[in-house]
Order: sequence, then structure tokens, then C-alpha cells
Amino acid sequence: MAEKYDLQEREVWDGNFAASQALRQAQVDVVAAYPITPSTPIVESYGSYVANGYIDGEFVMVESEHAAMSGCIGASAAGGRVSTATSSQGFALMAEVLYQASGMRLPIVLNVVNRALASPLNVRGDHADMYLGRDSGWIQFGAFNAQEAYDLALCAFKVGENHDVRLPVMVHQDGFITSHTAQNVYPLTDEAAYNFVGDFKAVDDMLDFSRPVTYGAQTEEDWHFEHKAKQHKALMDSRPVIDEVFAKFKKLTGREYKRVESYNMEDADVAIVALGTTVETAIVAAEQLRKETGIKAGVVAIRCFRPFPFDEVRNALENTKCVAVTDRSSPGGAMGAFYNEVSAALYTTEKRPLVTNFIYGLGGRDFSIDEAKRIFKEQQAHADAGHITTDIQQFSGLRGPHLGFFQTKRG
Amino acid sequence: MQDLNLLANDNRGQSQLENGSGLVGWEEVTQGSILPSFVGDATEIVHHKSEERTYSNFNSYTATVASWRVEKPVFNIDVCIDCQNCWVWCPDTSILSRDKQMLGIDYDHCKGCAVCAEVCPTNPKSLIMFSEQTALEEALASWPEKKKKEEK
Repeated sequence: MAEKYDLQEREVWDGNFAASQALRQAQVDVVAAYPITPSTPIVESYGSYVANGYIDGEFVMVESEHAAMSGCIGASAAGGRVSTATSSQGFALMAEVLYQASGMRLPIVLNVVNRALASPLNVRGDHADMYLGRDSGWIQFGAFNAQEAYDLALCAFKVGENHDVRLPVMVHQDGFITSHTAQNVYPLTDEAAYNFVGDFKAVDDMLDFSRPVTYGAQTEEDWHFEHKAKQHKALMDSRPVIDEVFAKFKKLTGREYKRVESYNMEDADVAIVALGTTVETAIVAAEQLRKETGIKAGVVAIRCFRPFPFDEVRNALENTKCVAVTDRSSPGGAMGAFYNEVSAALYTTEKRPLVTNFIYGLGGRDFSIDEAKRIFKEQQAHADAGHITTDIQQFSGLRGPHLGFFQTKRG
Repeated sequence: MQDLNLLANDNRGQSQLENGSGLVGWEEVTQGSILPSFVGDATEIVHHKSEERTYSNFNSYTATVASWRVEKPVFNIDVCIDCQNCWVWCPDTSILSRDKQMLGIDYDHCKGCAVCAEVCPTNPKSLIMFSEQTALEEALASWPEKKKKEEK
């Protein structure tokens, strides 16, 4: 029986500690991990909870992140509640195995503390690792602060383990800005948190000797396509389950989450679309700008990056005039991936707002309120002109001569 | 010779892996391509002989890969000493043996690797590779004589 952990109604936790407390309260059976900055304290804390008797679980030390996710897959297939954490290079090394986890429909929860990918080596937060996982078949939640890192980790177990979903879930938080900034966090009691997540109910578990199963079958051109289509549909069909879990969480805590979050969007002419901690910066900028200039600025934030909320993004933005989509990942010779996805959604609307792309914040470069205001103003100028007056893709916060690509053919 | 009764009474090797028939759509494939080995409760199945087990259609037991083979091992019971070397070494569990009595080859799963013939210690060998088209009777009729020691 697990030891009792003393919790205050209000704790001062950083994002890493908040996530680790969610793992403790969900009574995760197995964490297989190869710790990496800035996510290290999540699995380190889990290890201490096990060692000090707060969890009846197992911390498995492995030789790489590839092995970490492999170990998680084994434990999950065996029939346990499983989680781990990683960042950046570790995430990249894990990439191959991420596809195995989702293909086998194993509801592992991976806490990803977003960090840039080398080279050049960098430990700070950007979204390169998160983007690397976007086709991996995992559900991806984005937390913008420590409280959300805690809340969404609890929701992640409940969504992923739902028998209509049975998919692995990543909970992303920005390296250092969220993971290492201590903030007020309001935890649930252990009992309330565990009751919310619920007991783990195994499916096709390998320790069920009455029904031996094969995991990791080989399928060639006659079967592979059908399996991947079924998996894609499961991901698409997880949307109402996510909404349902968020609704239950609101009932329990009063904290409301939506797959797409909108701030000041009711009457917005211009909007910034963002992920992660940039959202809170953009919200402050929009509020200040409304008071200072009367520009009707709003912010749309993606809480659920996968399955991509094509419909909700469209609903949130279709009445705007100009939208700046921000990508915190080097796009590698294309428009930003997030820009492309939001643009595709907006292309199917009646009014088709103008859409521009900002590459920003790589390697943890700060994104300031003033810069967000400048971007809002620039979008207002596009809206007034009726067409995009700058390059469509620009770099924000970059030293050196202006860098931008492609011009509009509208107007 | 093969124990034909043993092979005839079970569902070994009934389906082709590459036949293209009986393929279901995406809505019917198993979740996560996870495949149950048996139909029904398998708790006690380890105590049953293979031909008595309720192997599911997902189990490779019920499929045949005979078409992968170019040469086949032929078993000669008159020379065999039941040493079980071939049973131990076969990578495809295709040596049929009961109570340490060699019975024959599972031609539905044997891929013709010739390991069994290689490790057979008898003189002449009790397992010899023949081309796939050679009839068993013809193969057995052409079995070599025992080699004398001075011929080595």
C-alpha cells in the first residue's frame, strides 16, 4: 500500500514536478526512462516516489531512449499503466519506437518537455521535437504552464486508456519556460485524481495466459494499409472522447480545456495562432493592443495538436481578416508545418482570411510581448490593404538582414 | 514414411499466406494488428497435442509457406536412430516427433534450409535433400548405401 503524500491545496511547482505528481497520483505501474534535459526531473521524481514508497511501481533504467520506449511498450503490452518522459535528442532516438507504440494501440503517456534539436546543440525550448512526433500516431496535448502540465497528464491517461481510443498520448510543455518555472499549482487530492483517472483496464494484455496474443505482426501490401487506416480513424474518433474527458475534468476542478482555445476571438479582426508558452505572451499582447490602439486582436491556441482540430481551427478563425501562424520549429525548406495545416483548414472557409507564417523562438530565443504586438499590427496592415504586404513567411526575432520567402498572388 | 493420420486430423497449413482471398476491410482487422493465437480459453492448451489445439486462423500453424521451398528434406525411417538432433536444430519446428520417436517432416512450414540433413549423424543420413518435385517413393528408392570406413 502506497505511503500518503502530503499535499497543500495550493503548491508551488514547476512543470516537471507537476507532471511527476500526476504520474504519482495515477499510480503508474512502470516508468522506463533514460533521463534527458530538461525533462529529467519528471522521471527522477517518479523514481524517488517508488523508492520512498509513494507508488507501488517499477522504475526501469535503460541504456537509451530507444530502449526506454521499448520498455514502455513491453510493460504496456503486458497490461500495466505506463509512462515516461523525454526531450529533444532523446525524443528523436525514440521516434522509431513511437510508431510501434501507436501501431500496437498501447496507451502510454509520454511527457515531452519541448527542446530544440541539434545541430547546433541546444538545451532550450522550441518545438522541433514536438513536430517530429506529429505523424507518429500519438495524441498530442500542449500545456502552456505548470498547472496545465499537471492537468493534461491526468487527462492523458483517461483519454488514452479509454477502450474506444486505446492510443498513446504525449503531453507537451516548453523546456525551461514551463518545466523549470515554479508557479502556483492547484492539485487534486490523491483520491480525487485517482478516481478521475480510474483503474487501468487491460486490453489484449500479454500476461493473460487464457488468451495468448501476438504483438508486432508483419503485414505487407495486402494488410498494412487497412491497419494504418483503422489506426488513423481511431485517432480521428478520439476527438469526442477528448472533449468528454475535458468536460469531466471541468466538472471536477472548474478548469476548462478545449482542443482549440480562443482568447478575445469573438470580434477579432487579426489573430495569432500559437502553441505552448507563446500563447500566454500573445494573450497579454492582444489585451494591451486592444486598449492602446483599438486593434481587435485575438489569440487562437492549439491544445490538441493531434488529432489536428481542423474543424475547430476553422470555427475559431473563419471570421478574422488576417491570421499569423507561428512555428517554433525550423521548417527545413518549406512553410511552417503548423502554417500549412491552419492554412488548409482556412482554405475551406467562405471568407478565406489572409494567412502569414512566422518562424520564431528557435533554440529558446525569447518571444516578447512587444514582438507579438508588432506582428498583430502587421496583420492589421495586411487586413487594411486587403492582401499580404510582406513576404508570406518571415522570421521573428532573428538578427541580421531581413529573411523572408514567397509573396502573395492575391491583390 | 510420413504419419499421414497425424497430418490429416488437424488444421495445420490450411491457408496460403499469399493467396489474396478472404481479405477483410479496415473495419474488420484486429485492433493494433494484435493477433490471438487460439480460439477460446487457452489456459490448459499447453497440455494438448498440437493437432488437438484450437489454433486460430491468425496462428502461423494454420498457414502454409510450402511454396517458399526449393528443395525438401526426405526422411528415411529405416536409417533413423531417433537421436532428435534434427528436432533440436530445425529453426521452423518442422520436425514432427512424438515421445522421442521421429515421425516425419511438416512440409507446410519447412522452408528447405537443410539444417536437419546437415546435423543428421547416421550413415547414410536419415534426412537427405531432394528437389521439391521428386516423389517421396522415388527419393526413398534412390537412398545411398552405407559408406564404408575406408571410403572416408
